[in-house]
Amino acid sequence: MVKETKVTREIMAGDQPQKRGGANWRDLPAGAVIAGGANSAAFETGDWRTLKPVHLPERCIHCLLCWVFCPDMAVIVEDGRVVGFDYKHCKGCGICAKECPSKVNAIDMVPEGAEDADRSTVSEYRGKEKSR
Amino acid sequence: MGNSALNEAVKSVALTGNEAVANAMRQVHPDVVAAYPITPQTEIVQIFSTFVADGLVQTEFVPVESEHSAMSATVGASAAGARAMTATSANGLALMWEVLYIAAGLRLPIVMPVVNRALSAPINIHCDHSDTMGARDSGWIQLYSENAQEAYDNVIQAVRIAEHPEVNLPVMVMMDGFIISHGMENVYPLADEEVRKFVGERKPHYTLLDADNPITVGPLDLQDFYFEHRRQQAEAMFNADKVVKEVADEFAKLSGRQYDFFEAYQLDDAEMAIVVIGSTAGTAKYVVNELRAKGVKAGLLKIRMFRPFPAARLREALTNVPAVAVMDRADSLAACGGPLFGDLRAALYSAGKRPLMNNYIYGLGGRDVTLDHIRTVYQDLEEMLRTGEVKREINYLGVRE
Ligand code: SF4
Ligand code: SF4
Repeated sequence: MVKETKVTREIMAGDQPQKRGGANWRDLPAGAVIAGGANSAAFETGDWRTLKPVHLPERCIHCLLCWVFCPDMAVIVEDGRVVGFDYKHCKGCGICAKECPSKVNAIDMVPEGAEDADRSTVSEYRGKEKSR
Repeated sequence: MGNSALNEAVKSVALTGNEAVANAMRQVHPDVVAAYPITPQTEIVQIFSTFVADGLVQTEFVPVESEHSAMSATVGASAAGARAMTATSANGLALMWEVLYIAAGLRLPIVMPVVNRALSAPINIHCDHSDTMGARDSGWIQLYSENAQEAYDNVIQAVRIAEHPEVNLPVMVMMDGFIISHGMENVYPLADEEVRKFVGERKPHYTLLDADNPITVGPLDLQDFYFEHRRQQAEAMFNADKVVKEVADEFAKLSGRQYDFFEAYQLDDAEMAIVVIGSTAGTAKYVVNELRAKGVKAGLLKIRMFRPFPAARLREALTNVPAVAVMDRADSLAACGGPLFGDLRAALYSAGKRPLMNNYIYGLGGRDVTLDHIRTVYQDLEEMLRTGEVKREINYLGVRE
């Protein structure tokens, strides 16, 4: 959450740069200043994703390598166990799937929107791309 | 008086332009000055650093390794809430280029005296306006000065203009290299306390040092909102018009010297006029007086504020003058005249009556502008009036033909 401060209250009332159709030029803070600290969570990078990580709990050994390597803190861990992904912020970079030990391969990268139809792994997916 | 500080209000004191400006800076007492020396601005920084060393100001003086760093450090200090200044000339200004736009885009009220000097190549250290004319679209307010007194007064007013909440833009204050910067004149300075009181404290809306109210400065701003922020900058330039006037009026009460967007000299009933920027105005006024004594209705308009360009006011001032010569101490090299000529012609396009206009590129690289040069311009104007025709639109005044 964006920390509320004097400046956020005063200026940010209409300023939601992360949402299209937000404030007009009169309401925005001058000079593109972003008020309030620790607000990167407000910027939802999940819509950049073309490939989506899907967690396979039956194969996961909960080594947490994916959690360590994810650049967006988008691997959700509860009580020391991976329970899924924060898709509002996961950019789909695939680092988690790459770092997941190859013996278990507990993360599938699937085309965004196709995860239910086709739960293929990255390599299988890429293979299919080539054979098309 | 030389390099030493002016401690009390004296009636008049002989100062070079650089001394006058360094003293204005001392009286403004900025929190931070980051600067790099370049001829002919060097003395400003040198004299100011003496004030720092002598304990006359508590300014944090940052002797940086280049002008790019000078402007960058000034930007950082200003974003942190400090009143920050620097000064430069010519190639130094050119090296600052990308950071000039950043200062304006971040809406930082930095004040920078610029001592006008020609840009290389060929290398030349003398006066023309090609340096600051090149920076005319960087989003800085530009105030030009005819003499040391105006440079001194403009620096003090610039602080108030820049920091006005409806403006929040950086301001350049120009004076002509060597002609003004190194020429000694009588200057009437204000007392230290008067200047301090006039400029007051900077009250930034947000600062990087306010830990309770953290901010991000300079974030990525793409298709979504960049345009809105540029629109804000444009609005600040529109607002500057009102603020420049207010500050000038308040300054007049303090100093007895009234400033305006431009100075109209013998313009009311003029049949022909020269429009000019900087020290050449003094030379041209002499010729106007000469012509007036002979009954010739000659006038002059000297631009003080070039950015924002006071187009509507200039249109009003010049629409009834039948023949106008625009003098540019910079060639835009656009093959269509100098920068002032272009803007002024555009301003007059929508006038009911448009003067006959021509353009003189003059004084490049410090080439002297003599009374005779100015006389020939008025002679050309007389011919223009007589024939109703502009014989040559773009002229190079004082070049070896
Ligand atoms: S795909 Fe990238 S961003 Fe998404 S969870 Fe994996 S490592 Fe994090
Ligand atoms: S790297 Fe693979 S095995 Fe390790 S916790 Fe993450 S998903 Fe589970």
